[in-house]
Parts: sequence; C-alpha cells; structure tokens
Amino acid sequence: MIEAVGLTKRYGPKTAVHNLSFQVRPGTVTGFLGPNGSGKSTTMRMILGLDAPTSGRATIGGRPFRDVPNAPRQVGALLDAKAVHGGRSARSHLLSLAQLSGIPARRVDEVLGVVGLQDVAQRRSKGFSLGMGQRLGIAAALLGDPQVLLFDEPVNGLDPEGILWVRNLMKQLAAEGRTVFVSSHLMSEMALTAEHLIVIGRGQLLADMSVKDFISANSADFARVRTPDGEPEQREKLTAAIGEAGGQAAPEPDGALRVTGLPLPRISDLAHAAEVRLWELSPHQASLEEAYMRMTQGAVDYRSTIDQRAGLQQAPAGYAPQGAAPQGYAPQGAVPQGYAVPPGVPGQLPPNPYGQPGPYAQAPGAAPVPGAPLPPQGQGHPYGAPGPYGAPHPYGQQPQPAAPVPPAAPPVAAPADLPMPHHEDAR
Amino acid sequence: MAVVGQVLRSEWTKIRSVRSTVWTLGIAAVVTVVVGVLICTLVRNDFTSMPAERQLAFDATNISFAGMGLGQLAMVVFGVLVVSNEYSTGMIRTSLAAVPQRGTFLFSKLLVATALVFAVGLATSFVTFFAGQAALGEHRTYLGDPGVLRAVVGGALYMTMIALFSMAVAAMLRGPMLSLGILMPFFFLISGILGNVSATRKVARYLPDQAGSKIMQVVAPLNDPAPYGPWGGFAIMAAWTAAALLGGFALLRRRDA
Repeated sequence: MIEAVGLTKRYGPKTAVHNLSFQVRPGTVTGFLGPNGSGKSTTMRMILGLDAPTSGRATIGGRPFRDVPNAPRQVGALLDAKAVHGGRSARSHLLSLAQLSGIPARRVDEVLGVVGLQDVAQRRSKGFSLGMGQRLGIAAALLGDPQVLLFDEPVNGLDPEGILWVRNLMKQLAAEGRTVFVSSHLMSEMALTAEHLIVIGRGQLLADMSVKDFISANSADFARVRTPDGEPEQREKLTAAIGEAGGQAAPEPDGALRVTGLPLPRISDLAHAAEVRLWELSPHQASLEEAYMRMTQGAVDYRSTIDQRAGLQQAPAGYAPQGAAPQGYAPQGAVPQGYAVPPGVPGQLPPNPYGQPGPYAQAPGAAPVPGAPLPPQGQGHPYGAPGPYGAPHPYGQQPQPAAPVPPAAPPVAAPADLPMPHHEDAR
Repeated sequence: MAVVGQVLRSEWTKIRSVRSTVWTLGIAAVVTVVVGVLICTLVRNDFTSMPAERQLAFDATNISFAGMGLGQLAMVVFGVLVVSNEYSTGMIRTSLAAVPQRGTFLFSKLLVATALVFAVGLATSFVTFFAGQAALGEHRTYLGDPGVLRAVVGGALYMTMIALFSMAVAAMLRGPMLSLGILMPFFFLISGILGNVSATRKVARYLPDQAGSKIMQVVAPLNDPAPYGPWGGFAIMAAWTAAALLGGFALLRRRDA
C-alpha cells in the first residue's frame, strides 16, 4: 500500500504539491490523474524517495521508501521511458538494473519476453520508437516482480495494440494482489484501466473515488432537443415547459437545447402538450473526459488562447457591426447576473461552491471567436468566453436573456460529496 | 553489504555496454603513448644541441610521459561521462530507486570506474615508458634506476586521480557540458598558463594536475624549487580529489534526484 499524508513540495515560491493525502490500496489499479504540471511526477518521485518532501510524508507499506528493505524487489517504477542510455542495448540496460537490484540475469530475458522486446534485445535503445521505449521502461519496473508498481504515463506513445496491452497488464498485476499506481492525463484511458481514481490539479487533491462513482456522478445523461430553426418562440416555450416540469434546458451553440433531468419520452410529451414541433430529440452522455476537464479546468497550468491573428492583419472597416450577432443570441448588454466575471480573474481552484461562476464564465477582455462578428468591447460575447483549450466551448455560452438558467439551481443528481464545480452551475 | 557488490557488478555492465568508454579510454592510452614516443624521438635528435645544464637535468623518464598532458584530457572526458551519463539520461532516478543508499551507490560506482582507469593507466604508463625509452636510444634510462619505477607507476596513479577528480566534479555539476566546459579549459589551458606566469607560478604549483605530475619526475627540473616531493605532490592532488568527492557526495545526498 502506498500512502501519502500531507505531502507538500515547494520549489522556491512555487508549490508543486500541496497537502496531498491519499492511499493506494493493493489489488486494484489506481489511476492518478491531473493535467500537465499538476504535480503527478513530483508526487511519484517523492513516493520513491527521490525528492524529499517539504513537509508531510509518503510511505510504502508503512515505511518511507528509503527504509524499505530490499526496495527494488518490493517496488518497481517506470518514471521516464526516455531515461536510458541510448548507446546501450535493451538487454544491457535491463541487465545493469537487475544486477543493481541483485536480480539474476535470467529474469532479464523473462521480462524482455513479457514486454515483447526479445527480438530487439541486442539493439541499442537509441533507435527505439516511443512505444518500444515505454515497453523497455515497463520491463524495468517488472524486473523485481514487485508488489508495488508505479507507472508514470505508461501509455504515452503506444499504439492502440500497445495501449490495450498495458491496460490488460495493469489489470492483471492488480488482480494478482499488487498495488498498481498509474498516472495519466487521459481520463478516457483511466476509465478503462483503473478501478480507483485520484485526481489532482495544481498539486491539490480534487477527487479520490472509485471510477464507478466518478462515472455515475459525472456522466449524467442529457437529451439534445432541437426546435425548428427560425422559430425562437417555440424554443422559449419548450424551455419554459421543461423548467416547469423540473428539468433544465441549456442552449447549445447551434440552437439546440441540452436538457437534463427529464427522460426523453417526458420531453416529447411536454413538447406535444406545448405544441412545439421537434426537429431532434436524441439521448447523449456527457463523456468522462468532459467531467474530468470540468474538474480540472481551474487547475490547468497551460491553457491556450484563441489565435486572433490580429498581429497579421488590420481589421477591415465595418467588420464589427454593433450588436449584429446572429440569430439573436447576443444578450445585448444584459449579461445575466452571476455570469460575468471581471476579466483577469484567475481560474478558481475547485472545490468550488455550487453557484459560483466557474472559469468558463470568464469574459477575458473580448476574445473574439473566429468567424463570429466582433462584439463591442465589454459586452458579453454571444458565444461566451473561450474555453481553456482554445476553442469556443459550448459550456461557456451565455443563455438567452429570455430563459436564463438560474446559476444557483441545484443540478440534477448533483453528488453532494463531489468537491468540484458542476458544469450545470459553473456555466 | 551485498548492495556494494550489486552496484559494482551493475556499474561494470554499464561501463562495458557503451562505446564511449572504450573510445575515451582507448584514446587516452593511444594519445599518451604516441605523443610520448614522438617527443622522445625529437628530443633524441636534438639532445646534442641542448644547453649543458639542460642535458644535466634531462629526465628521461618524465620526457616519455610528455603525452600525458593530452592523454589526460580523454581521461577527463571518461570520468565526466561515467557520472554525468546518469544525469543526462535520467538513469539516476532508476538507479537511486534501486539503491536508495546514495553514498553507497556513488562510491561503488566511482570505485569501478577508478579501478578500470587504473588498470588502463598502468598498462599505458608502462607501454609509454618502454616505447619512449626505446625512442630515446642512448639517452634512455632503466626501470631499475632509482625513482624510475615509482615514476612509471606514478603515471598510472596520476591518470587515475585525474579521472577520479573529474568524476567527483561531474557528481557535483551533474551535466556533462558544464563539467567538461569547466574541466577541459582548466587542465588544458588555465593550469598551464598560470604555471608559466612567474607571478602565479607559486599558486599554480598547488593545482591538482601540476602537483600531481611531480610523481612522474625522477630528476627535478631546472628552476623548480617545489616545496614538496613526488609523493607530497601526489598527496596535494589526492586532497583536491577528496574535497571534490566530499562535495559530490554531500550534494547527491541532499538534493532531489
């Protein structure tokens, strides 16, 4: 078992890991998720006694790593697949590690077979592809047949077949009763591999729960409903009807509605009763990736901005017609209360109390969306603030003034124990 | 201390499984021998035209080690690579995860490399001596003459100490570029320049390479009232190395890998 208690690491003024406490139990694959630079690798290095924590402690089987007897036979780790001397053959590399840990040379050929590198064992690792390098790193971790395994981004650079192999290997190792701790920044991969998730952002714990709980908490179903284009009054009617029936309807960028809290037949009935024609009524599932991104959005260190290409061109005269946003989306100066965060407010760190505007609601200056008319400065943009990944994010859209979704409305099936901003209110 | 044996075996595998080891050690040996023989041949041809006082102070043993000044640079490269390869590749993390006793790891690693350098250095030293003496012809000296055997073995010790000093400096600085960038000019230029300027000569005498090279001399050179003997000079070099080793160990133990 791996345990972290109040683990903190500071590099000068920068805190890489802050007060992190968690347990990684044997017999399951535990996924360690976080955006780039969130402190995953630092945490793993501290677990392995490579970096000294500023405060707190990390233990393996109750002892600090440096005090673990016969550590390489107890703990195996893949920290960096590129951490090999390129001039050394795969076999020599593993042999030197085996000798370092007092493991017989026979074992080297075994693990080479396990990871499928036996045919290139004599080749210098300089010529290895990223995927072969990952396999070599995994082989090194398996050398001592350890009970505790740490893998830092093991699927990086692997092809689909390799990813499947790693996934099954992790599961198999866990099924043998080992402690398997796998870091990744890919939620979708972890959802398939891990049974338990530890999510961090900016060095702080965001979630520590089973994948099952994470899925049920985050992948709430929703329905996409589209009323006839060019008849906004139909849309408003339906939105109102859904609201009365206890559901939530949120407009999507293309004019459709995203309805949560009501089953599809009920939506159809409501539309029928309100005499609204439907062009579309389809079931959807919010992906885990979305849920994960919502959870970590405030903790992303490196976020891109929209490439305005303003440095390359002069704005043509008359390009920005005042208030001429398409399809009447633009809330003309009427930014619903609670949605407008002054520009420059940094993304807030979850746990985020419900009802507080999340980072998606930020309106940083006026970052225009390509293809859309430039809005007047200071006015809420029809398409909302740009998402953290540079693209205009659907969640960032401002609702129509006619039917604002109350920001503080309790989300349907909102898990009370979720320390994260739920997108329904964070919007 | 089973761990020591494990590190020794592992380090031996590491050293012998990369080409740079063979190349740097080979270059050190070849350069030392070839340049030594070349200088000996030139000296033999010019011997009669030398001033009498220089003929009197002629050190046949030392002249055969004339290639050491260049050969030691390859030894520096070897020493730096042995240590900094761990850092530049990131292997150090894997190594220290396997052997959390950092002092044991570092010193066992250096022991393997040092022993190898000494073996290569000893062979180089003897080959250089005999080849050089053969080239010197009638001006030659013999292994049985006073101080000669000490100087020849001293040549191996000198090479070993240069490599060990480089390893220790690399353990402090970690990166190969930084380590070589400091050590190469130091041994190739700075030490020589300081030693040839009268104002700084007294200080330069205590630099590791200048003090250490005293062990390869049999006859004291002209105008060189060095305040230490061959072993004294070597002790100064060893002190430098010990200080660098202590620094490297202290840093390795303290800092994050």
